[in-house]
Amino acid sequence: MDTNVTTDSLEYGVLTKDLNLWYGKFQALKSVSMSVKKGQITSLIGPSGCGKTTLLRCFNRINERFSYVRTAGEIVILGKNIYDSDVSLIELRKNVGMVFQRPNPLPISVYENVVFGLKVHTPRKQLKKSVLDETVEKSLNEVGLWDDLKDRLKTKATSLQLEQQQKLCIARLLPLKPDIILMDEPCSALDVEGTHAIEELMFTLRNKYTIIIVTHNMSQARRASDECVFMLLGELIEHSRTEELFINPKNPKTAEYIEGRYG
Amino acid sequence: MSSNLTESTLTLPDAIPKRVKRVGRPRWAIIGEQALELLIRISGISAIVFVLAIFFFVFKEALPVLYSHNFSIKEFLFSTQWYPTSVSNVRYGTFALLVGSVTVTLLSMAIAVPFGLGAAIYISEFCGPRQKETLKIIIELLAAIPSVVWGFIGLTVISKLITTITGTAVGVNLLNGSIILALMSVPIIVSIGEDALKAVPDSFREAGMAMGTTRWQLILRVLLPAAKNGLLAAVLLGVGRAVGETMAVLMATGHSVKIPHGVFDSVRTLTANIAAELGEAAAGSPHYRVLFLTGILLFVITFIVNLTADFVIRGIKRK
Repeated sequence: MDTNVTTDSLEYGVLTKDLNLWYGKFQALKSVSMSVKKGQITSLIGPSGCGKTTLLRCFNRINERFSYVRTAGEIVILGKNIYDSDVSLIELRKNVGMVFQRPNPLPISVYENVVFGLKVHTPRKQLKKSVLDETVEKSLNEVGLWDDLKDRLKTKATSLQLEQQQKLCIARLLPLKPDIILMDEPCSALDVEGTHAIEELMFTLRNKYTIIIVTHNMSQARRASDECVFMLLGELIEHSRTEELFINPKNPKTAEYIEGRYG
Repeated sequence: MSSNLTESTLTLPDAIPKRVKRVGRPRWAIIGEQALELLIRISGISAIVFVLAIFFFVFKEALPVLYSHNFSIKEFLFSTQWYPTSVSNVRYGTFALLVGSVTVTLLSMAIAVPFGLGAAIYISEFCGPRQKETLKIIIELLAAIPSVVWGFIGLTVISKLITTITGTAVGVNLLNGSIILALMSVPIIVSIGEDALKAVPDSFREAGMAMGTTRWQLILRVLLPAAKNGLLAAVLLGVGRAVGETMAVLMATGHSVKIPHGVFDSVRTLTANIAAELGEAAAGSPHYRVLFLTGILLFVITFIVNLTADFVIRGIKRK
C-alpha cells in the first residue's frame, strides 16, 4: 500500500481516495476518488452546488477554517495523506497555492504582495533585499506584469485593474515554488480579454506546476484544460481527457450537462 | 387551470373597492410630509446652534481677562505658577496642568492601547461565537460604570495597591490616574477596534491563510495593515476620552500642581482644575475667567487631536 502511494505520487499531483465531506449535516462530497496528473491542467466542471469548489478547497485544507466542516477519506499530495496528524498546514499551503474567484491581493504594495510568501516562510535574517528584488522581477515577469508594473511597485495592489490583480495573485504564489496551483473560477470577475490573458498564463505555467481549475464556463474548460472532471451533486461522474469528455462522454449525465440541458 | 383563471377574473371587480383614480395626493399627506421634513431639518441644524452657543458663551466669559492688567497670555501658557487666589501676587500659569493632562493621557494610552487592541483581536479572531457575545456584553458593562465610581476605585483600591506594592508614600498619583483612565478607555478601544477588524473582508484572511501564514502572521501582516484606519480611530477615540475625563482623574491623581518627575508624583490636569475651582471662583472675577480660558485651551487640544486624526486617516485613504 505504501509503495503504491509513492509510485502513484510520482505520476500524480493529487490523489483523492474515498473523500467525503459534510457541512454540518449536509454531505457536499460523496466518496470522491480521483487522480490528477502532474504538470497538467485539470478542470473541475459541473452545475452550481455540485461540490467542485468544495473539492478544490480540500486540497489546501482551507475548508477547515469553518468549524462545521467534517472530512473523511484521503488526499495524497507529495506522497503523503494531507489529513495525517503530522502534516503542517503551513508547509502544505506553501506547496499548494490558491487563486480565488475574486482577485484578493492584500491591501499593501505590489512589491510586498509578491514577496509576502517569502517573508512569511523564511526567517528574517535570511531575507536579503537583492534576493527580494530579484524575486519580484522574476515572478512578475513570469505572469507578464513586469513591464506594466515595474515603475509602480510601490502602488497599492488593490488599486490595480482586476486583470492585473488576478495576475498578481498568481505571481505571489510563484516565489514559494509550489507544486500545485488551485484556481477557483479565476476569470469570473474578468472581462473577455482578462479571461484570455489568464488562460494564456495558465498555458505558460503548465508543466512546471500542476494546475487544478474550477470553472463555470464550459468553453473555458474545453479551451484551457488537458483533463476534465465532471461532478454532480457531490459525486464524481466522469474524469477523462478534455476532448474525449466533450466529444464522446461516457456517462449520459455528462452528455446532458455539456449539451446544456441543465447547469 | 383555465377554469381557475376565469373564476378569479370574475371575482376581481368585487375584491377591489372602486376608487377614483388620480395623480395628486391628499393635502394632509403633503402637509404631514413637509412637517416631518421640517422637524428633521430642525434637529439637524440644532446641533450647529448648540455648538455655536457653547462657543459663544465660553468665549464671552473668558475673553475679558485677556485685557486685564495682571494677566499675560505668555504666563498663562508657559508658567508653572498657579496661584489664582493669592492676595499679593496672583499668577495664572497653566503649564503644569497642561503637562499633567498630557502625561496622564500618554501613560494611560500606553496601558490601554496594547490591552484594548489585544482584546479586540482576541474577540474578533480567536474566540468562538458564544464567548464572543459574553465578552462583548461584559466590556459594554465596563463602559457603563460612571466615572465617579472609577474615582472611588482609584482613591481606595488602586491607591492602596500602589502604596503596598511599591512602598511609595502617596497612592494617588500619575500612575493611579493613568490606570483608571486606561480602564475607562479600554472599552471604547475594544469595541471600535473590533468593528474595524470585523470590517476586514474575509477574502484577505483567506488570501493570507492560503499562502500558509500562521495565525500570528495573519494578524500582524494581513489584518493589522488592512484595519489600520479603524484601529487608529479606536485609539484616538480613547485619547479623546482620556483628555476630557474629569471626575475620575480629579479623585485619582492627587491634585497637586507640579510637573511630575516620575509616575509616583501627584499631578493635576486641566479638567480636574476647572472642576475643582470653578465653584469657588466668584462669577466674573479674573480667576473665573481664567478657568474659562483653560476650557478654551482644552477645546483647542481636543480640536487638534481630532483634526490630526482626520488628516492621518484621509492621508492613509488617499494612498
